[in-house]
Amino acid sequence: MTPPRIFVPRDAGALALGSDEVERAIVAAECRRGLKVEIVRTGSRGLFWLEPMIEVATAQGRIAYGPVRAEDVESLFDAGWLDGGAHALRLGPPGDIPFLKRQTRLTFSRCGVIDRLSLDDYRAQGGWLGLAWALALGPEGTVEEIVNSGLRGRGGAGFPKGIKWRTTAQAKAPQKYIVCNADEGDSGTFADRMLMEGDPFVLIEGMTIAGIAVGATKGYVYIRSEYPHAIEILGRAIEIARQERYLGPSVAGSAHAFDIEIRVGAGAYVCGEETALLDSLEGKRGQVRAKPPLPAHKGLFGRPTVVNNVISLASVPVILAEGAEAYRDLGLGRSRGTMPIQLAGNLRYRGLFEAAFGLSLGDLVDEIGGGAASGRPVRAVQVGGPLGAYFPRALFDTPFDYEAFTAKSGLIGHGGVVVFDDTVDMARQARFAMEFCSIESCGKCTPCRIGSTRGVEVIDRIVRGERRDANTTLLTELCETMKLGSLCALGGFVPYPVMSALTYFPEDFGLDPKRAAAAA
Amino acid sequence: MASWSKERAEEIVAAHRGIEGAALPMLHALQAEFGWIPQETVPMVAAALNLSRAEVHGIVTFYHDFRHEPPGRHVLKLCRAEACQSMGADSLAAAARAKLQVEWGGTSADGRVTLEPVFCLGLCACAPAAMLDGKVVGALDNARLDALLDRARQS
Repeated sequence: MTPPRIFVPRDAGALALGSDEVERAIVAAECRRGLKVEIVRTGSRGLFWLEPMIEVATAQGRIAYGPVRAEDVESLFDAGWLDGGAHALRLGPPGDIPFLKRQTRLTFSRCGVIDRLSLDDYRAQGGWLGLAWALALGPEGTVEEIVNSGLRGRGGAGFPKGIKWRTTAQAKAPQKYIVCNADEGDSGTFADRMLMEGDPFVLIEGMTIAGIAVGATKGYVYIRSEYPHAIEILGRAIEIARQERYLGPSVAGSAHAFDIEIRVGAGAYVCGEETALLDSLEGKRGQVRAKPPLPAHKGLFGRPTVVNNVISLASVPVILAEGAEAYRDLGLGRSRGTMPIQLAGNLRYRGLFEAAFGLSLGDLVDEIGGGAASGRPVRAVQVGGPLGAYFPRALFDTPFDYEAFTAKSGLIGHGGVVVFDDTVDMARQARFAMEFCSIESCGKCTPCRIGSTRGVEVIDRIVRGERRDANTTLLTELCETMKLGSLCALGGFVPYPVMSALTYFPEDFGLDPKRAAAAA
Repeated sequence: MASWSKERAEEIVAAHRGIEGAALPMLHALQAEFGWIPQETVPMVAAALNLSRAEVHGIVTFYHDFRHEPPGRHVLKLCRAEACQSMGADSLAAAARAKLQVEWGGTSADGRVTLEPVFCLGLCACAPAAMLDGKVVGALDNARLDALLDRARQS
């Protein structure tokens, strides 16, 4: 008889909430009770308010329990959880939990479900089907399929991905590269991390397909140093894929060669910008390059290079396996397919929510997220990381879509949603945005390097009440200069959080609240 | 962490010099060995990569990860970014600085704990978050922070 299986998440978020202590308690209880169970290490399903969420395989399918603490384990065994027994922490079948049930999981279909380092599990759940399609379609057919899917870069800029691929494919060079941008620095985002820790083979498959499509034989994954677990798991997955010949001189027995190497960042936020990332990979200071030339023409070491985000690359296998049309049928306007939205900060139901574009911000925050974790009213929501705008309640009807957010002077970026309750001081948040920019500026262009420092000073003067109107005008003009004059999105987008805070929450700066009403 | 050894540093530099874009992997390996980037390594790295010492100094000082002095026995990284702010990270950080009597980047007088800021650990749905010697901690509050600091100061 095969031993009962218990699924324990080893995602960094679950570990931070004690899943390794729970695992030790399960092993101890197993010994004490003379039982034999099989522990399967998974990623996270992304329901972090329920983590550590432990699942057991029963005759009725998988049953989830959470949030489980080490001291709960004995009582769970007593309750007969191996057969799905009743317990205060019993959540039922995970797929029936409303937060998960409402999602459309394509890119994250396996994350938190399978043994993250088992190629058998990966294969059994649709793994390598995308690669088989890519080999059947050939390089040009694969590129066209991605163009037709309407997939846009999920890193932040939302550039049509197929166009990047086509441009690189058409470039002639003895060596081309695939660079995966895993420098997920935006606060409020963790989709790349979860995916690398929970389903690393899908990223390997996506990068391999990209390599075949554009004629690149070498891939780099640039992972931020703040993600040691992702670095370890992806590294082990690459080793396994190499042993099983999915990577190497003959990918899955084909005539294509492709291999992947991990490089670790060193704590510079700006290296998430694709050209700064390339300089960093080359061993330089991570400074932004002027474009043109585009990386697709002259990228890493001056060679044609595709630079794509983790989620963009990990979405490729399912697009090929299910077909471009099926993917394009999801979404709204020019935002096609699904987006892994990350609900974070002061929110009751926090975690990963993959859904087709088009949900309203209010639905995400109030209904799906359940309002503030503190129980207080939600006052402001920052969407798209530290360079994203703060949205007041008045704008909660904005649909989650690239163009709709742009129209409201915001951005969806990498899909992070950070919620603040009514204790937030928005002048302080605006000051932080400028301070962050001054700490992280690469220093190449003046508006960003100097402007951010001056921005902190001007905000301080407004808050202190020094020539408030004149300094508010000055801050507005400074933001305009940074927006128009900066070389990249760091200096160019930091005006979004600053100006949205000033526009919608003027009272926090000591200004007349009527200014907000006029703006809305 | 190992104490300074010129021979060991030379071995590390030699082991990494052949790879493409070697500077960051080389510096990471040096810091993994010594806990910081000793000034003596700068000319070694420069010579190995055919760069000027000024260029290597520029690289070392550009990246926040690379330390210019030895850290304490333990390193506590507290997240300062927005998602953690929304759950009270600022007051936790103030409490940590007061308890250790250090500013960001400083090491407590007993040499036990270095406090470093970090801008996002990707634990934004488990905020406020921290990392002690590479071990992640979420849902931090004053009691859990005290427990972490106590553990660090006792070992």
